[in-house]
Amino acid sequence: MSTPTAVLVGFKARRRAARLRSLQPWYRNGTLIAGIVIVGILVLVAVFAPLLTPYSPITQHLEDALQGPSAAHLLGTDKYGRDVLTRLIWSTRVDLRIGFLAVFIPFVVGSVLGAIAGYFGGWIDLVLMRIVDIFFAFPFYIMVIVLVFVLGSGEASIYLAIAAVSWVSYAKIIRGEVLVAKQQDYVVAARLGGISHAKILLRHIGPNVLSQAIIYAMSDIVMDIMAIVTLGYLGLGIAPPTAEWGSMILDGQEFITTQWEQATIPGLAVVVTSLGLSWLGDGLSDLLSPDRRK
Amino acid sequence: MLHRLRFVPGRIVQAIPVALGVTILVFFMSHLLPGNPAVALLGDRATPERVASLSKHLGLDKPLWEQYFLFLGKLFRGDLGDSLAYQQPVSGLVLHAIPVTLSLLLFALVLALVISIPLAGLAATRPGGGRDLGARIFTLLGQGMPQFWVGIMLILLLSVKLRLFPVGGYGETAASHLYFLFLPALTLAIAMCPTIIRSLRASTIQVLGSEYVGTARSKGIAGAELFRTHVLRNAAIPTVSIIGVNLGYLVGGSLVIEKVFAIPGLGSLMVNAIFARDFPIIQAVALFVALFVVVVGILTDVVYTLLDPRVDLSTAQDGGR
Repeated sequence: MSTPTAVLVGFKARRRAARLRSLQPWYRNGTLIAGIVIVGILVLVAVFAPLLTPYSPITQHLEDALQGPSAAHLLGTDKYGRDVLTRLIWSTRVDLRIGFLAVFIPFVVGSVLGAIAGYFGGWIDLVLMRIVDIFFAFPFYIMVIVLVFVLGSGEASIYLAIAAVSWVSYAKIIRGEVLVAKQQDYVVAARLGGISHAKILLRHIGPNVLSQAIIYAMSDIVMDIMAIVTLGYLGLGIAPPTAEWGSMILDGQEFITTQWEQATIPGLAVVVTSLGLSWLGDGLSDLLSPDRRK
Repeated sequence: MLHRLRFVPGRIVQAIPVALGVTILVFFMSHLLPGNPAVALLGDRATPERVASLSKHLGLDKPLWEQYFLFLGKLFRGDLGDSLAYQQPVSGLVLHAIPVTLSLLLFALVLALVISIPLAGLAATRPGGGRDLGARIFTLLGQGMPQFWVGIMLILLLSVKLRLFPVGGYGETAASHLYFLFLPALTLAIAMCPTIIRSLRASTIQVLGSEYVGTARSKGIAGAELFRTHVLRNAAIPTVSIIGVNLGYLVGGSLVIEKVFAIPGLGSLMVNAIFARDFPIIQAVALFVALFVVVVGILTDVVYTLLDPRVDLSTAQDGGR
């Protein structure tokens, strides 16, 4: 079964571990701090990319092509003579932006559908969950690749494709949370008080179940960045010449025997990004789910 | 033994709506393509006559639901259309690629278990200790690295620098297949290990705390023997279902890995089809993989039942989900 199941399973395990750490104040939570620092630096790099480097990420200087690291080009130049460090920095903009933005649609759609399925139960739940099963049968990359192909490459298609794949996980998580929440006294009391279903879902249940979706969103951003980078590597992502980690790895692979750092370094950037986001997610999970399930 | 598998027919019946849903989704994918599906199927250079004849053949003039049943009927006869690039039936191409991808998956699964079981066992014997930390770092990195990049790094280290393995390809004989598939399988295994280790470590810690393990210890059984005879089988049970659930994810990854190592499986077929704009192949691979995931779901339940005599899915109302 596809989507971020790997992440989903790890997410549950981490949530358990998180409860043990949840008793300390946030500023003493090393995981959270490490996550904030790494992600913070990456966001700053993305925002201030033009100020950080004197070169253009796009303009070609064929006479300088494929130079090794030097004082002028700390990480060397690629086959078009573009500064690799500059492209690495500018990629942060593209990959982080898409990673963060791609989470919104599936977050909202999945959470709403999951909440409806869990709250109303019955045939609505049955139908929605069968649809979830169908989407779950398509491995993440297959679905994203096919959809990006069908919809045409470009940023909008990437958002749509990721949304089509990953709403399923939010629906599953929120449905599970709502199933538990709707048995709680405060919901029963609200029902007896004659409050409408919509209001109960939005005002009463919503705030209590949403934290789990927010925590999951952190791992989901990592999944999305992996998907963008993979699409870039397959040549289906953001069109060249825009700098993007995946396509940088693709370009670098050609010169693996002579300039190994060209394919290695963009991959390391992805590793650092996903470490930062995972730690941020773990830390948030410590904060947001204090000892709620014994 | 067999009576505990009574749930299988029911489980298969349950899977039918999902499988049908999969075919509906794949069918509609061709309708998401901009323009006439016949043009998408034939390619841009098709003559108007061919487009018209295929449109009629596909029944594009008929209502959508009728077109779907036409598609489904052909599917049951094993007719997935013709490849545009190869000018031959897609079903043959796919059938040719399936064994390659399946052997890669199987090899990867074996390697993943060979790596994960000792690591999880070592990590679980002293939670919080140095070995546990090592396993934690390994799982964290394993999840943070893009799979295809891991493959490229393995090529760089083991093929380019150390010259131990070929940089890609599939080989000619069965023995050489194993040799050529080692690096790609290792790449996939590294992607799979974090989930297995995490699950196996947690369940091993739980089993190690149980009374029967205490009894075994008091009888003088210790170390690897204790792990093999008393711990592993019980600790493995939750992990089996997690592996089953993740196999789909692994298939998706294997398609990209095949591209990295130029292995002639479903992945290379699909990725090359994308650049040839060969939609029938893409459709067929997506369909096959999704149905494979549905079947693996059933098989997982079977293995689960066989491993743990306490599980009886035939009484569970929802098929043990």
